[in-house]
Amino acid sequence: MVFEGLADKLQQTFKKLRGRGKLSENDINDAMREVRVALLEADVNFKVAKDFIAQIKSRATGQEILQSLTPGQHVVKIVNEELTALLGGTQSRITISSRPPTVVMLVGLQGAGKTTTAGKLASLLKKQNKRPLLVAGDIYRPAAIKQLQVLGEQLQIPVFAKEDSRDPVAIAKAAVEHAISYANDVVIIDTAGRLHINETLMQELKSIKQTVKPHEIMLVVDAMTGQDAVTVADSFNQELGIDGIILTKLDGDARGGAALSIKAVTGRPIKFVGMGEKLDALEPFHPDRMASRILGMGDILSLIEKAETTINLEQAKELEKKLRRQEFTLDDFLDQLRQVRKMGSMEQILGMLPGMGNMKKLQDAKIDEKELVRVEAIICSMTKKERRDPSIINGSRRKRISLGSGTKVQDVNRLLKQFTEAKKMMKRFQEMQKSGKKGGFKLPFM
Amino acid sequence: MGFFDRLKTGLEKTRKNFTDKIDQLISGYATIDSEFLEDLEAVLLSADIGIQTTNKLMASINTGIRAKEIRNPDELRPYLKTKIEEMLLKNVPEVDVSTEPPRVVLVIGVNGVGKTTTIGKLGNFYREKGETVLLAAGDTFRAAAIEQLEIWGKRIGVDVIKQATGSDPAAVAFDAVQAAKARKVDTLIIDTAGRLHTKTNLMEELKKINRVISREIPGAPHEILLVLDATTGQNAISQAKLFSAAAPVTGVVLTKLDGTAKGGVVVSIGGELGLPVLWIGVGEGITDLRPFDPREFADALFGDK
Ligand SMILES: Nc1nc2c(ncn2[C@@H]2O[C@H](COP(=O)(O)OP(=O)(O)O)[C@@H](O)[C@H]2O)c(=O)[nH]1
Ligand SMILES: [Mg+2]
Repeated sequence: MVFEGLADKLQQTFKKLRGRGKLSENDINDAMREVRVALLEADVNFKVAKDFIAQIKSRATGQEILQSLTPGQHVVKIVNEELTALLGGTQSRITISSRPPTVVMLVGLQGAGKTTTAGKLASLLKKQNKRPLLVAGDIYRPAAIKQLQVLGEQLQIPVFAKEDSRDPVAIAKAAVEHAISYANDVVIIDTAGRLHINETLMQELKSIKQTVKPHEIMLVVDAMTGQDAVTVADSFNQELGIDGIILTKLDGDARGGAALSIKAVTGRPIKFVGMGEKLDALEPFHPDRMASRILGMGDILSLIEKAETTINLEQAKELEKKLRRQEFTLDDFLDQLRQVRKMGSMEQILGMLPGMGNMKKLQDAKIDEKELVRVEAIICSMTKKERRDPSIINGSRRKRISLGSGTKVQDVNRLLKQFTEAKKMMKRFQEMQKSGKKGGFKLPFM
Repeated sequence: MGFFDRLKTGLEKTRKNFTDKIDQLISGYATIDSEFLEDLEAVLLSADIGIQTTNKLMASINTGIRAKEIRNPDELRPYLKTKIEEMLLKNVPEVDVSTEPPRVVLVIGVNGVGKTTTIGKLGNFYREKGETVLLAAGDTFRAAAIEQLEIWGKRIGVDVIKQATGSDPAAVAFDAVQAAKARKVDTLIIDTAGRLHTKTNLMEELKKINRVISREIPGAPHEILLVLDATTGQNAISQAKLFSAAAPVTGVVLTKLDGTAKGGVVVSIGGELGLPVLWIGVGEGITDLRPFDPREFADALFGDK
């Protein structure tokens, strides 16, 4: 397990206290220590974490918590609410100028993902019927211009570049003029990655800003950034002034505490998040999801949202009963697979669950589309009895099933293993739920 | 004052005092008290050392105090540095000079950490040593990644083996190994596409590249360098774990130390996973690559360069 969720840990902390009726200040301190560890492990800046905890503590020490029957849940709720509030509202929008072209400028450290983000942003705007122009302003990194040109080609979006110019300010200026004469209503300027302490290069950004007067300066930040995020974001904001933030590479397992740090020092909204290398992988920022993620509680909200729209509640209740009575059969498994598939790939779903960060363990539970067809065939070739009690499926039965379903014996073996794995996993969730008593992680389908 | 304002004043203060925090601590406190220890913890945390390793270091300081090995703040710094160096020095490999050329170096890591740039610098390092060097454009995915490496090849005067964008990186590696053997070069350095360590399919691809190389030259790749960005926080641990699970990483290159990030997470990576840092990147120029020196690094963690 990469990270034990904060909720699990708090549950442990408060379990010891149960039955005592009242929480002392010491108890709260214990809980806050856990919260602090969670924040630090998520790369929230230590100073930001400290102030945040001071704030939470004053709220948590009040009456409401003392009277709460489930203090663990209550603390998580408070922490989650405060964190969500601090991360800001959803504002996945670019300021569009009433006098086109709208000029957007992307800035940030080396390797943050500016060029790819420029492409994604242009693609998004194109879908909203805008006519974006991409501008290759990174004259320093080898082949950076070429990279943007290739993206432009893939997206069928024009790219303004001057391969032999050594002057990014002049390029930006000419690009805006170009946009005006070609009726491009949005200009997205990609700039070279730079260190916030490089005075010459920071001056260059200021000159671009002065010359083209961008409506929106976006700071692009890698979600994996550590403690230094505050220094970087603060410098860019102080020197240049930024209007919004884009967080990249959130498709990995980074907890993304930098989001809070950056928000805290700049006060600017996080507008988008990058969720993959593909050019459509730019999504609106959801503070609530980010909060759960930072706290190591998985992306529960998105999961619940997805589950609610695809899973039938009656069936879910039925399933819960079955699970409790340990009657979960291969028929149910097939049912589950079909429902779950509607929510997205297994890997994706499991990745969103708390404490499931370690993908390696999930390999056996991974199911792809083709395999699902095979699974269906295999299960359908089993007798009723076999489906109810897979433990009776011995060697000769396996052979018969594989023949009947047109699959290999190995396929049957694998399926049975997956089934056992799934059963185990569901049991785990159930236990998590039990230990949470009221509240807990109530997934609609559990 | 609102939360953000309070925070800002706080941060300003931290930043102002930061560079020679420890020095100040030392002159400012006659004895080691809890406030001193708390400030010390802040220094460690802000260097991205991480809460787990920081706790470990703080515990060992407490042991040191109890054992009277640390009697005053002056004795604390050398004690702490030694502890950190010890963690970094675990498993530093013996340099094996006996391998028959070509020596194959595979460079891996997540997106944007500085793999291609590091290859340019590293190629230059071997060239300066008088070796013949060949590069392989194994990033066949990212737009213009091949061109980027080619420009580096020109800069340092070495050839680049490549195929078209979108082709199989394992096939590029295969070609490159054949070419390296045929041309009898001393060192072949293979670039790879940036990949997040959590993407199983891409990690499988990495395994395949590795397999192809070892099939062509037993014992190769002789080095698998994991490139980590010093700006990265605790996620670097996950990167180190999952990349090591896919390919036997021999060492770490820590890039972008010319910024303000300290890269302290490598202390945990050294301590927990036994992965040594071999090189550091300190800029975007050809010569901005240095051998890693644990002592220097420990010094820099505390701001006294
Ligand atoms: N300041 C600084 N920038 C670096 C360093 N190493 C690489 N970079 C920059 O980081 C960005 C990404 O580097 P690149 O080699 O393309 O990363 P890759 O995607 O891992 O191959 C480029 O702009 C490089 O110039 C370093 O040590 N210091
Ligand atoms: Mg590269």
